[in-house]
Amino acid sequence: MTLDRATRLMGRYLLLLFIACIFVFPIIFMIMSSFKPDLQLLQDTSSVRALLPVGDLSLDNYREAFDRAPIGLFIFNSVFITATTLLLSLFLASIAAFAFVFIDWRGKSVVLALVVATYILPFETVAVPLLLLVNNLPWLSAEGITWGWLNSYQVQIIPWIVRALEIFLFVQYFKDLPRDLVEAARVDGATWFQVYRRVVMPLSGPVIATVAILKFLEMYNNQFLWPIMVVQAEDYRPIMVGLQYFFQLNTAWGEIMAYLTIITVPVLIFYLVLQRAFIASIASTGVKG
Amino acid sequence: MGAISLRGINKRFGATHVIKDVNIEIEQGEFCVFVGPSGCGKSTLLRLIAGLEDITSGELRIGDRVVNHLQPKERAVAMVFQSYAIFPHMTVRENIAFGLTIRRESRAEIDRKVSEAARMLRMEDLLDRRPSQLSGGQRQRVAIGRAVVRDPSVFLFDEPLSNLDAALRMSTRQEIAALHAQLKTTMIYVTHDQVEAMTLADKIVVLKEGRVMQIGAPMDLYHNPANLFVAGFLGAPSMNFLPVTVEAQGARTVTVTGDMLGRTEVPHRGRSFAPGQPATLGIRPQYLRPDDSGALRGTVRVSERLGTETVVDVALAQGTRLMAALAEDVILTPGAPVAFGFDGYKAHVFAETP
Ligand SMILES: Nc1ncnc2c1ncn2[C@@H]1O[C@H](COP(=O)(O)OP(=O)(O)O)[C@@H](O)[C@H]1O
Ligand SMILES: [Mg+2]
Repeated sequence: MTLDRATRLMGRYLLLLFIACIFVFPIIFMIMSSFKPDLQLLQDTSSVRALLPVGDLSLDNYREAFDRAPIGLFIFNSVFITATTLLLSLFLASIAAFAFVFIDWRGKSVVLALVVATYILPFETVAVPLLLLVNNLPWLSAEGITWGWLNSYQVQIIPWIVRALEIFLFVQYFKDLPRDLVEAARVDGATWFQVYRRVVMPLSGPVIATVAILKFLEMYNNQFLWPIMVVQAEDYRPIMVGLQYFFQLNTAWGEIMAYLTIITVPVLIFYLVLQRAFIASIASTGVKG
Repeated sequence: MGAISLRGINKRFGATHVIKDVNIEIEQGEFCVFVGPSGCGKSTLLRLIAGLEDITSGELRIGDRVVNHLQPKERAVAMVFQSYAIFPHMTVRENIAFGLTIRRESRAEIDRKVSEAARMLRMEDLLDRRPSQLSGGQRQRVAIGRAVVRDPSVFLFDEPLSNLDAALRMSTRQEIAALHAQLKTTMIYVTHDQVEAMTLADKIVVLKEGRVMQIGAPMDLYHNPANLFVAGFLGAPSMNFLPVTVEAQGARTVTVTGDMLGRTEVPHRGRSFAPGQPATLGIRPQYLRPDDSGALRGTVRVSERLGTETVVDVALAQGTRLMAALAEDVILTPGAPVAFGFDGYKAHVFAETP
């Protein structure tokens, strides 16, 4: 009986271990390979040495990769685009949700339904109209008014700031906040914005974390197609798209592995640090990243 | 002119008509209690005054201004919510100071007012605590403190005692009365508990299904209820009602007869009746006295001895229920025959039938 249970438990752990390995091995392989010269890297792939830090290890691949492409710039671009989008998204999505939940206005439920409905549109369906649109929008810069947003930061930021999901998550969370708190603040003389800033947002830590995590992953991982469509110049290229170009002008596997490691490590660190918040947020919202 | 006046106020939520043509005048410094059963629209009425709901029709004045379309912040009212609505992310001090910081008062001024309120409500040692570290009674004080520091022209209370236990309820009730005596600010207090209404109010507004049933001083309402609802709602145990038929109306009294009553003369209190009209006689349990030759005969169902008073639940001959409150400690066993008499001049007669 107990033996039976032990065996089953063991079986389960072995299965989990096996699945974990499938996910972990490529990452270990990538990191190890990034320190090895190409020749050794290729030889090692036929044995377990591929996963071990053995042989001629150096940072040469990293040095080469940084020499060949402006990786520092790409990283800056990615961080700048992601951070700006994230902050604007948290602010605008939450304030929109605030208006949907706490303020009464005509037609609000219809508008909310429309907003939520846009969630079912995959990006690919709006990509082309969006491209035509941004190609014809004005922008105020040092040279005065210019037309067309191609090759810029704003073209990678503004279309991504607020999407239905973020508003929806804030709406759901705000609905569960005690309404009395908002009303008490109103009676005590707070304006709508003061209610938002001093009462509602300080109580919204969990949903802010959820939206921030989802948005970060969306911006960092999934934004590939759009930048390729709208950014040709290196100056505004994010690191994911940079990878694509890096592949094209290079078949030095060690350098590619170095580049991939540079991209992956921030996400890994992000995951490890926020692991618990991440699981909690997915469990509480039922939304998958 | 009153401090607050409601004229022809109506409130609808979509198709539901919740507040129906309400007219109330509240004087400066008055303690006014809205009382009525749960769901009668008390909170809605309070929220209309606070500006948390839009008025469908009618005119609301605070002081000499019509405030129908003013935001809550422009009405200079303070409200204590049933849930207390303490901000959980702020300390007690920050909670109390909230309205003042919103008004951008000076640091020194805020500190002075918060300390003063804390002293008055005896919670100086709680100021740096978080709401999660407070008991229900302490939270209640914080909510009151937050209202008091703002020095509003009107205080609004929505069932502030309903979440407290019985002992605390009584002492907090007395503190609210003391607060009113000290501040002399107009207060509107909502409750479903007639004891709170009777003990606190200068003026009681009895509500039923969104309509005003009667307005007056507690003892006016107690001694001269305008209708069956008010008669039955105020006083504990509730007034007894017996079906009667009107025989004749005199100068000050009306003569009625009933199944078990024989002929009884009851003050008509300005109401007029036609001979033969069915009516209802009301008699408070306290005015029934045991009397072997009394007209009301029945058997004891339950008797409760409260020490100073004995409350007897009686089944009358044809099954009607009668409550009697006897001002002495008597032992009555269930099933024992009892008979009561009463002084007709202390009874009421209503044209309505229940
Ligand atoms: N926002 C609302 N929408 C629809 N109906 C409401 C709303 N608020 C209150 N009501 C209805 O109005 C009636 C009175 O409610 P309320 O004022 O809370 O009663 P009370 O405080 O006397 O218990 C109830 O029937 C309630 O269902
Ligand atoms: Mg209520």
